[in-house]
Amino acid sequence: MAVVTARAMTDGTSAQAPKMAVRKLDLFYGESQALYEVDLDIAEKQVTALIGPSGCGKSTFLRCLNRMNDTIDGVTIKGNVTLDDRDIYDKAIDVVQLRARIGMVFQKPNPFPKSIYDNVAYGPRIHGLVNSRDELDEVVMTSLEKAGLIKEVKDRMAEPATGLSGGQQQRLCIARAVAVSPEVILMDEPCSALDPIATAKVEELIDELRSNYTIVIVTHSMQQAARVSQRTAFFHLGKLVEVGDTDQIFTNPKDERTKGYITGRFG
Amino acid sequence: MTDMASLMEDRAKPGTPKDPRKPVNWDSPDIARRIKKRYGADRRFKMYGLVAILMALAALLTLGTSIVSKGYTAFFHTYVELEIFFDPAEIDPDRTNDPAVIGRANFDGLIKQNLRNHFPDVTGRSELRQLYDVISGGASYDLRTRVMENPSLIGETRKVWLISGDDFDMLNKGFIDAGGEEASRRLSDAQVGWFQRLVADGAVEKQFHKRFFTGGDSREPELAGIWGAAVGSFYTLIITLLLSFPIGVAAAVYLEEFAPRNRFTYLVEVNINNLAAVPSIVFGLLGLEVYLNLMHLPRSAPLVGGLTLALMTLPTIIIASRAAIKAVPPSIRQAALGLGASKVQTVTHHVLPLAMPGILTGTIIGMAQALGETAPLLMIGMVAFIVDVPGGVTDPATVLPVQIYLWADSPERAFVEKTSAAIMVLLGFLILMNGFAVYLRKKFERKW
Repeated sequence: MAVVTARAMTDGTSAQAPKMAVRKLDLFYGESQALYEVDLDIAEKQVTALIGPSGCGKSTFLRCLNRMNDTIDGVTIKGNVTLDDRDIYDKAIDVVQLRARIGMVFQKPNPFPKSIYDNVAYGPRIHGLVNSRDELDEVVMTSLEKAGLIKEVKDRMAEPATGLSGGQQQRLCIARAVAVSPEVILMDEPCSALDPIATAKVEELIDELRSNYTIVIVTHSMQQAARVSQRTAFFHLGKLVEVGDTDQIFTNPKDERTKGYITGRFG
Repeated sequence: MTDMASLMEDRAKPGTPKDPRKPVNWDSPDIARRIKKRYGADRRFKMYGLVAILMALAALLTLGTSIVSKGYTAFFHTYVELEIFFDPAEIDPDRTNDPAVIGRANFDGLIKQNLRNHFPDVTGRSELRQLYDVISGGASYDLRTRVMENPSLIGETRKVWLISGDDFDMLNKGFIDAGGEEASRRLSDAQVGWFQRLVADGAVEKQFHKRFFTGGDSREPELAGIWGAAVGSFYTLIITLLLSFPIGVAAAVYLEEFAPRNRFTYLVEVNINNLAAVPSIVFGLLGLEVYLNLMHLPRSAPLVGGLTLALMTLPTIIIASRAAIKAVPPSIRQAALGLGASKVQTVTHHVLPLAMPGILTGTIIGMAQALGETAPLLMIGMVAFIVDVPGGVTDPATVLPVQIYLWADSPERAFVEKTSAAIMVLLGFLILMNGFAVYLRKKFERKW
């Protein structure tokens, strides 16, 4: 069966212009190609899940969206990625500002070895988003509130963030990302290092964040994709195989490979 | 899962070879012997380690006791109590009370006059000269300071403790045998006799030798002190630190965080590692040629010593700093970059603070190495005999290890204990620095 292009399916589901659009994205690690002509639209204020077997390029793709691949030697990228119709790989785009607009949460919780407060305050501080101590306090509190962490940490703001549990650390990382008030949040398997209870909390949080932020999440758990996302994209061997509404992908996949993967026959 | 399933299918097929091994009898003597052998190897390995540590400790203990037992006597010196008449006719004949006049007075003569008074039976030029040796030539300076501080002493008679000559100090400490042949020792029978009379009078005492810690070098062992060399070492190390720390850390940061991985940086890396292995005398020759002959910087100065040692310390600091920077988890960098921090912000806000304990430890180890270095400093003239305590980085100076070398080379018996004492002071500084390194590591260490 022929691969249905992403574009064709996007057209049917979202009427408004996508927040981010990826067109004909090729990515090379040195000589070897990791992504092949990926076309994907990311709809505003929705959760887009990227699924696929290990090594299929979904994390690599995610890192293209905020140019984190720039930090790796030997990576070359072709094609274009736009945020609000502006090419993010354009020379005029400042990568520092771009990453402030597109936040990221990583696989392993990676709080700075500083206090809880300083972790959240770091982003606003370096970007000069606040003018006074009070304002910063306010930003830190709201961010922790949004991350659903405020109740647990409000009496221990000065304690080291590394003393928190894994799940709390990951929510702190989300609060840290939110504090810069990004438009898009990228999450790279945010729950893979967490226990089921912490995972449930983070998933709940993702669902709440959806009302204010555009979220792209890479996940290994198909249940998670089904639970938190509105749209799902399936990657296989560096190619985007299929993208569509999450319900449709999980109940009625059009591609044989998608069907095989979600039913657990390969991966 | 699929692999496992296919394996199961394979096994179900007819004709698949069975495991050819016999079932293991875990109670067989063969197995028992193997287990015994394994435990034996464990025990032997542990024993080798223990023996190695014991040998190292024994060596350290031997070194320590030898140095301390030879050197501790240098911290005390023999003083002789003499009744001194502060003769106004000698010190200040016109009663001016002018410090300049008092300063010019002949205190040496005063001491000699009082010595003659104490031993009225000693006459004759050569005998008197021998008698004068009882008191060190430096005692007159002490006496002058005393009178300058308290001019009311003039005209009084006071009992004063005066520093003895080095040979009499050796005699008092038992390093010169009073009973032996006259020809075999540096003191004549008459000198020994006078000294024993002083001892019998209760006028001889070993006192804490402050001068050893406050004085510069001297040809007279009883006047020689370690302070000049200590200050020289301090200035030299300050210069070394000021140069090698910022340059070393900057180089390490650049190589680890910014430099592209190409042939050129690889070459730089290899050469830094090679530089760490270059014999220090070569750095001394380089310093001699570049700093002294080419740039005409002052000879024997801590400035040049520091510059030379900085060259030697740089590779140590760079290598230690790179290791420390490399040990910072990449996730921290990603977190900062992901928040939109620039590369420099990532390094200065996160990577450097986390790498600081390692960097500081490496730096202090490098500095300790520099503190103990002698060879390159010989090349740039810091081996000169310098009496004054240096007042700045361009004054002629020497450093602790060179001072030890100089004293070890001196013929006087009294310098033997000075040498060991100086080694103790140097080792004391080294232990202090290493302790400081441990403290810093503990203080700045953070877990992630």
